[in-house]
This record gives sequence, C-alpha cells and structure tokens, in this order.
Amino acid sequence: MDNQLYLSSSPHIHSGETTDKVMRKVIYALLPATALSIYFFGLPALSVLLICTLGCMGFEALSCKLMNKPLALADGSAALTGVLLALNMPPSSAWWLALFGAAIAILIGKQVYGGLGHNPFNPALVARVVLLISFPVQMTSWTAPAPLGSGLDAITAATPLGEMKTAVMLTGKLPELAHSGFLNYLTGNMAGCLGEVSALALLLGGLYLIAKRVISWHIPVSFIGTVVVIGGIFWAVSPEKYPNPIFHLLTGGLLLGAFFMATDMVTSPVTDKGMLIFGFGCGLLTVLIRLFGGYPEGVSFAILLMNAATPLIDRFCHPRIYGQAEAKA
Amino acid sequence: MNLKAMDLKTFKGGLHPPDGKEFSAHKAIEICPLPEELIIPLAQHIGAPAEACVEVGALVKKGTLIAKAKGFVSAPIHASTSGEVIAIEPRLHPMGKALPAIVIKPDGEDSWDESLIGANPDELNPDELKALIQAAGIVGMGGATFPTHVKLSPPADKQIDTLILNGVECEPFLTADHRMMLENTEQILDGIDILRKVLGIERAVIGIEANKPDAIEKMTKDAASRNIEVQALEVKYPQGAEKQLIDAITGRQVPSGTLPMEVGVVVQNVGTAAAISDAVRLGRPLVERVITSTGPGIKEPKNMLVRIGTPLQFLVDHCGGLNGEPAKIIMGGPMMGQTQLSLEPPAIRGTSGLLIFRKQDLPRLEAGPCIRCGRCIGACPIHLQPTTIAAYARLDLFDEAAEYHALDCIECGCCTYICPATLPLVQSIRYAKAAIMAKKRTL
Repeated sequence: MDNQLYLSSSPHIHSGETTDKVMRKVIYALLPATALSIYFFGLPALSVLLICTLGCMGFEALSCKLMNKPLALADGSAALTGVLLALNMPPSSAWWLALFGAAIAILIGKQVYGGLGHNPFNPALVARVVLLISFPVQMTSWTAPAPLGSGLDAITAATPLGEMKTAVMLTGKLPELAHSGFLNYLTGNMAGCLGEVSALALLLGGLYLIAKRVISWHIPVSFIGTVVVIGGIFWAVSPEKYPNPIFHLLTGGLLLGAFFMATDMVTSPVTDKGMLIFGFGCGLLTVLIRLFGGYPEGVSFAILLMNAATPLIDRFCHPRIYGQAEAKA
Repeated sequence: MNLKAMDLKTFKGGLHPPDGKEFSAHKAIEICPLPEELIIPLAQHIGAPAEACVEVGALVKKGTLIAKAKGFVSAPIHASTSGEVIAIEPRLHPMGKALPAIVIKPDGEDSWDESLIGANPDELNPDELKALIQAAGIVGMGGATFPTHVKLSPPADKQIDTLILNGVECEPFLTADHRMMLENTEQILDGIDILRKVLGIERAVIGIEANKPDAIEKMTKDAASRNIEVQALEVKYPQGAEKQLIDAITGRQVPSGTLPMEVGVVVQNVGTAAAISDAVRLGRPLVERVITSTGPGIKEPKNMLVRIGTPLQFLVDHCGGLNGEPAKIIMGGPMMGQTQLSLEPPAIRGTSGLLIFRKQDLPRLEAGPCIRCGRCIGACPIHLQPTTIAAYARLDLFDEAAEYHALDCIECGCCTYICPATLPLVQSIRYAKAAIMAKKRTL
C-alpha cells in the first residue's frame, strides 16, 4: 500500500464548489428571465439565445484548438457568456449579428487575453458594445412583445428609455410612459433586449445568486442604490424633466447589469470595499448617460468603464488585516 | 442547554467545513494497550531537540527521564512505559524523515517511576509550580507543541490579565479535546487553577465551539464554583486558532508579528491544562495523550489514551484495522494535518489525531485559472488576499508577496479549501513565506 499513498501539504479536503458549479448556478439564475423573454418575444428570442450560446461555445472550442490548449468548455464560462450576450441582444437580431457577437465576445473579449480569468472587460458587454457601435440600426430595432400564443405579430416599438430620450430631446419633457405602465415593466411586457424585460424574473435570479453566495450583495446594492439615489435627486429637483427612480429601476438593463453583468467576478474588484466603489461608479455613470448622454441606456458603458477601473480599485482597496492597525500604533 | 439563547462569539472570516466528528464524538476515551516497542523521538516540540541521557540497555520506569531539555526553549522527554531501552537511533518521524529516537521495549508491567511524587499546588509558589511544569515536559497539546513553561514566562513588562483555555477543537474529525472536557473535567479545571496561580491572574475563560453542547454544559456546571468563565463560540473554522480565539473572546487583536502576551493574554489548550494537573498533583510527566484515530479509512474510529511513541500502525490495528485501501494518512486534522509516508512513525506529543482517507474520500481536482471570485479573501481569518499573494508566489515575486503581508498568514488552509479554481493557495503562500524568511535571515 505504501507506494499508493498521497503526500501533500494541508488542507486535505475541499468545499466541492468548483468553477463549473459556480458558472452553472449563474446560468440557473438566468433561467426565469430567459424563459420570460422567450414567452414575450417568441421564437426569434429563442433563436438568438441558441445562436449566441452555441456560437460562444463553438468559438471557445475553436480557440482552444488553435492555441493547443485543453478544451475549456466544461468550466461553463463560454456557455454563460453566450447566455448573457443573448440577453443583451434585441429579440429581432439577425442570425449573423448574433453569431458575430459571439465571435467578438469569445475571441476579442476573452481568449486574446488568455481565456477565463484573464480578460479585463466583461466579454458579453464587449460584444454588445462593438455591435451597438458597428450596427446601430440593427441593435436598436426593437419589437413590441408578442407573447406566445397571442397571435400578435411582432411590430416595431421603442424601449421605454429610448422613448424617454427622444421625448426629452424633442419637447424637453418626459413622455407619459415615464409616469405609468410600471406593472408592465415589472413583468417584462415592454420592448427591449431579451434580458431587459422582467424586473421580477431578474430579481428572483439575483436573489438566488446572493442566497447561494455565488455573488455578494455589495455590487448589486451599491449599483442599484446609486442609480435610485442619484436618479431620485434629479427627479426631486425637476420631476418634469427627469424620470422617477422607479422608472430607472424597472426599465432598461439596470437589474440585468447590476446582478449579472457587473458582478462578473473576473472583471470586478475582489474586496468588499472595492465592490462598493465599483457599484457606485457603475450607478453614477449609468444615470449620467441615461439623463445626459447620447445613448438612451448607459448600463453597458458604465460597467465597461468601471471594468477598466477595476485593477486600480484593487490596487488601493485592501481588507483591514488582523492585528495590523495595532502594529502601526 | 439552550445555546441559541447564549451569545455566541466569533471572529470575522473563516468557514465551516463538514466536521466529520460523528465518527468518534460519542466514543468514550479508551486506553490503548502496549505495543511491541515504543519509538520516542527526541524532537517532539518547538525548539531544540532533547538530549538522550540514558544508554542502550538501561532499564526505565514509566516517567523516568530519558532525554534532557537542551536550553530554555526545549522540553525534557520521559519513558512512556517501563521496560528496556533497546536502541537510540534515527527512526521515521512524523515530519517525514528519520530523526533520533529512543526505542523502548516494554516489560509489560507499565509501572510508574517511584521517585515521582505529587505535590499540593496550594503549598507551592508560582516559580515552583512553573519548575514542575517545565520538568514534566509539558508542551502545547493542541498540536503546536510550544513548551508551556516558556508561554508562562512573560517578560516583566508584559501585563497578563486573561488566561484563555482552548476547547474549541475546530479541526474537522478531531474529538479528543471534546472527550477530555466531558471525561477529565476536574483535571482540566484543576490545571486552570494552577495556571492562574502561576500567572498571578484571576480571569480564565474556556472557549468551546457550540457544536459541543454537552461539553459546554459540563464545563459550565463544574466551573461555576471556581469563578472560571465558559464562552460558547460560533461553529466556524479556524475558531481555535490562537489569534482568532483571542479576538472572539476578548475583542483584542494580537499585533502583527507579536505574541498573545502583547495583548495581555495567555492561551493554553484544555489538554495541556489536564496534563499540568497531573504533572503537579501526581508528579507525572507528559508521557501519554488522548488521540482521535478516525476517518472513513479506519474500521472503528476511537478516542484513545495513547502512550507517546506508540506506532501509528498499532493505533490502526487497535481500531479494527484499515477500512479499504488507504490513500492518505494524516497526522492531525484534515485542514492542517501532515501527511505521512506510512504507518511506521510514532504518535508524539503533538499528535491530536490520526486520520485516514481512502481514494474516494479525497478531492481529485485539477487546478484551473483564478476567476477572481474573492472567496479566499472573504474566508481568510487574517483578512489577507490569498489569491494575490499566491499569484506573486508563483512568479517568485517575494517582495510583493511580503507587501501583501504573506508573513501574517496562519496557514489555516481556508483559502485552498474554498477556491473554486481549486488552486493550491495556502501552499503557494507557504512557499512565499519560506522564501521571505530566508531572505530576511541573510540580510
């Protein structure tokens, strides 16, 4: 028996919670939102989801092969990037747009940096922003929800945030939809990206992730809190011109971004303090872009900009080490 | 006893691995019989190894001095049964290499040395008590094996006000301290009284994790009349690490790079307290200890009173033998224990447990890239950034690792345990620590 003994330095046990299980839990948490968006937008949404997910996995496998690295599909990160990318696409996206997005996400967003764990920017958001800038028309062609079985045809519509931006620019005043329709926003019955639909479904998934300790509360709470507080201040000052914080909260990609995109571990700070700063920055930039920027929605840009700040935040945010303050005193 | 109503104290960080204590927690301490030979290493404590003071062929009794302490930070060693010294030679030590040991062939009588006589602690002054503790070779029984008399000799400028007794036993699988608190309560409390007298202080607190409600109840009941406090602690590893225990009980943090005496605290294991009582009242040196022999790789896990020097193989044989093919033999617990080359080494003073895992009980994981999830940071009881230090260590950037306070790491293993990428974080930090220390010495 002696030559079959393992020798190693401690510890000799492991929690069993491995990277693939973490990724899988995030995918589970996205299921309610994904299912609802398929319900509201029908087969086109399903096809975007499949093309993005399978596309990301395919490009991941391709890059591993080209770089002579072990196949990394099992860690689940490529599939997750695919799902997140799909949730950041308009439901009516053409197949080539979705496939191109998948290529950008995996090849440019992730693998050129060395694969999982090494990318500075959230790969799905890199792809979304590349698409948004390269194909502005396609990426802002929205359809009104046509729930499965309703017999409705998909008709062109604007997102609530888009309509608000247009109205404010043209008339200087908020449109009617900024004051009503909150129940629809809550359930997801509005135009938008696949994943920008139901606030309830996203919240459910987000709370699951926090309960399962896959993510901590710091980023979502400081991100959403900042948007609500700063959005609220503008609204309090000029309710004619600026929407109320609930509108900020329920429309656009705030909840998707705060729970699922900004919390991407690889591209966000590692300490609690750093996460709070990161979330605050995301929130502040989101409100500023929404209210004063050229784009109606600012969540993606805000997160990407804060991704760039992550190494800096990590450089200056350290936990207070046991016995350290006393040592200095 | 309603533990929920009690205020459970703890520290920030840590985690709770499955504790595996169900294997042995309910088993009363058995006396392990005499093996064919006892292998008693000269190095069983932190500090200089002892120097043999007997010749091959000498007849010794249980408790006879066989090796003298070499210097202040060292401890004497005594025969753990009566018999003949048959060899003084290098033998496989739990450290993983052959080290000098005194081998005794028991005569089967197991008779104590008649020259050992007890004393009444009430009639002795602190210095006399400390001398008895030193002569009995008492070392920290929690596993660190630091000579106890050294811990009890703080410099004159350090004011000690609190004695903490460590009954936490946060290492999974180990139940030796738990059983001692239930079965040797009186001895432990007596040892605490002696310790308080040596230190000249009143306040003594016994810290016990809340997963041992029976021990908390027993100790609380018996300690009440002696003015000794019992503090229930949250079930969390490494609650029993000295610094974390001090933080939980007193709210004080030991400054980086210093000893507990800096914040007026002395910590002793409950097993050490019991050994001190025996050393003073009965005059008996430290020649046996309670060991939990456990794990899925052992047929019949047990808590046993084992003579120092008993080969591990003998412990296994006495526990019904191996249960399947062993894949890892660990001295100590699964979080901080040391793997063994075989069952040949003996149990020594710091052996709190013998744990055997089979192949199917071991995590078989391949390390992947760090996903920067930050779990290691959340779990680190010192609040270090293990992933950052480990990354520097992998690149041999030791100055940077030191900047991130690698030397403050207590090597509890929480980071490696929790890492989703299954990176060997604490192992990399150990590597960095060794390199930083080596560099410091050459400066």
